[in-house]
Amino acid sequence: MAEQPRRPRPEPVQVVKQRRDAALTALVEGVPYIRFLGISFDRRGDELTGVLAYQDALIGNPMLPALHGGATAAFMEVTAIISLSWSMLWPEIESGTTLAETLVAGQMPRLPKTIDFTVDYLRTGLPRDAYARAKINRSGRRYASVHVEAWQDNRDRAFAQATGHFLMPRRDG
Amino acid sequence: MSSTATGDANHPGLQFFRELPHAVALGIKADLMKDGRAEMSMPWNEKLVGDPESGVIHGGAVSALMDTCCGAAAMSHPGANGGTATIALRIDYMRPATPGQTIRARAECFHITRSVAFVRATALDDDDDRPVATATGTFTVEGK
Repeated sequence: MAEQPRRPRPEPVQVVKQRRDAALTALVEGVPYIRFLGISFDRRGDELTGVLAYQDALIGNPMLPALHGGATAAFMEVTAIISLSWSMLWPEIESGTTLAETLVAGQMPRLPKTIDFTVDYLRTGLPRDAYARAKINRSGRRYASVHVEAWQDNRDRAFAQATGHFLMPRRDG
Repeated sequence: MSSTATGDANHPGLQFFRELPHAVALGIKADLMKDGRAEMSMPWNEKLVGDPESGVIHGGAVSALMDTCCGAAAMSHPGANGGTATIALRIDYMRPATPGQTIRARAECFHITRSVAFVRATALDDDDDRPVATATGTFTVEGK
């Protein structure tokens, strides 16, 4: 039997998870507006799901009552930007460089800038938690195109979807 | 809300927009709403910041301001008759709003059918000549 090249022992799972979660928390909690809306992110591997926790301050029409279309738009834009940043930073976080530590120390990376954002309102947003997931359809050196779907009780019945284009930050130091 | 304001008086729906919980939370002030036009403003606030390094307001807050202002313009059009909901809204971000300055939105419902109101809007900070963002949207019109 040929001798297998020895590969380094994988890092313990707790170390990997701790580094990933600390980096994500720092990225999200560094932005005041994300805290204001009450958005958090659920992570499974590199996949993120935005969670908009319901609060009365998100209501647009109190007679229905329904979530404000602006809150829905903002939730999806936040999900797009964080997902795009996360995919950009992921290789560095995984390589175990100092990025995760600098993030936790409060030094925010430069974030993608929205060029345009188009929201398609499919159903009334109900007064309860909402979820959103972004799909990065193209991510180049300068421009990225991202699609976002937002849903509430039923994953197959999105209440809004959006497409946005983003200017990527220069990453030359 | 079936009457439509003309002349100097604002549309009776203005009070409704002033009391929207999310608009109140964002600090949005509804200044004008009549004849298919609306003007609203949103003072700079630390809690709305999207880029902590620069203090620039998050695009999402600008979207919320534009959506609210466009909805008010649609609802105040003489051809509208009641409430409205956003069908779609596109925002183009031309430049970051200057930190510390109030963002003002002006919206105009430039066409309306029995079912759809077409609205466009511009967002400005203290510099009147260089818009921060523009928006175009479609809104539902309630049947008569």
